[in-house]
Amino acid sequence: MHPELHEHGPDEVPHTHPEPGVDPHAPLHTGPRALRIGIGGPVGSGKTALVASLCRALGEELRLAVVTNDIYTTEDADFLLRNGVLPEERVRAVETGCCPHTAIRDDISANLDAVEDLEATLGPLDLVLVESGGDNLTATFSKGLIDQQIFVVDVAGGDKVPRKGGPGVTTADLLVINKTDLAPLVGADLSVMDRDARARRHDLPTVFLSLAEDKLATPVADWIRGLVAARTTPAGA
Amino acid sequence: MSLATLLLLADGRLPSGGHAHSGGLEPQIAAGRVRDVGGLDGFLRGRLATGGLVSAAFAAAACGDVHRCAELDAGLDARTPSPALRKASRAQGRALLRAGRAMWPIPDVGRAPHQPVALGALAAAAGLTPAEAAVAAVHGTITGSASAAVRLLGLDPYAVHALLARLAPDCDRIAAAAAERSSDPVDDLPAAGAPLLDIGAEHHATWEVRLFAS
Repeated sequence: MHPELHEHGPDEVPHTHPEPGVDPHAPLHTGPRALRIGIGGPVGSGKTALVASLCRALGEELRLAVVTNDIYTTEDADFLLRNGVLPEERVRAVETGCCPHTAIRDDISANLDAVEDLEATLGPLDLVLVESGGDNLTATFSKGLIDQQIFVVDVAGGDKVPRKGGPGVTTADLLVINKTDLAPLVGADLSVMDRDARARRHDLPTVFLSLAEDKLATPVADWIRGLVAARTTPAGA
Repeated sequence: MSLATLLLLADGRLPSGGHAHSGGLEPQIAAGRVRDVGGLDGFLRGRLATGGLVSAAFAAAACGDVHRCAELDAGLDARTPSPALRKASRAQGRALLRAGRAMWPIPDVGRAPHQPVALGALAAAAGLTPAEAAVAAVHGTITGSASAAVRLLGLDPYAVHALLARLAPDCDRIAAAAAERSSDPVDDLPAAGAPLLDIGAEHHATWEVRLFAS
């Protein structure tokens, strides 16, 4: 075995002699790959609606695909297809065996397979959104699966949610407080949510959103545009 | 051999995709055939005698000679008439290989081999014996379904683990019997089947709402 590059004569292409029987190929897709963003949050906070909005906002300018992790097989994937925001081949549903948090954190294999299959069938992508099934405030994504994560809560869940903290609220790269249009109806104080989010998250960004009023989820789409641009712009350029 | 390595391979926390599969239990629960710990007992004994034995024999055979993996893979296709179960087995094989490659250098056994073939290849790469690969295979066959039963039926987890403890000697016996035959020609390896699980899996794959992938 000669794993290091060498050549036998002046005209030879440098090569290696790998261990017989051992797969010499690197795992697939180690090169440039899509930016992967996880979108998590409690049930009903608006994750799927946010994904649909982001597909509408970014679908024309970025090569985009989505992986959904609904506890009920293809419910979320079907929502995206019904709403016509992405063609069928750009959406994959992962089944999670009653445990949506396991599939995005402890055993990410099915999600990694889905992301790799999308890249293998569609060619290079700029962005893959991985939407978690609705879970609780402790659900976060593994760094082995995604590059950045968004946590979505809503004002109707109570204005105490940011104060309660939990890994989602505290550590997500972007906190989205959704359904601000409902705040007057449910007696939620947005300034309290803003103050508590700042206290929990220090310098990490938080945005307020009403998908009923902003169908393109502009602040979230802009945040993602910034991440994609940072990846594609060479350092120092 | 290394006992600690064997435990690693058999641990339900190994990130190898198993948590999303019920081993055919979800459709049987929906059909009312498994309702309680007693029903789970019968289901798991059936799994041990059929899929457990076959998985153990093929995992042991793959571990004993990884060059037979392609032939063993075809042998498992022949023993898995349900397309849904073939897909589930290959999905778990692919996930297991992903976990295995992170731990040991695994020879090329295809992108998505059947789960027992992947398990045998991992066991060999980890320096385990065919008998140990067989134990891990049998153990995985019933613990995955047992965990799914706790989630789907809300069974008492202590009662379920008491059941698993009672079944442990059967696991050892079946694994030993499977390992003894690991050098047999592929056509002579165990071929026990469970037609009701095959039928259940095909129905399950068409459900609009299901919690497990298989």
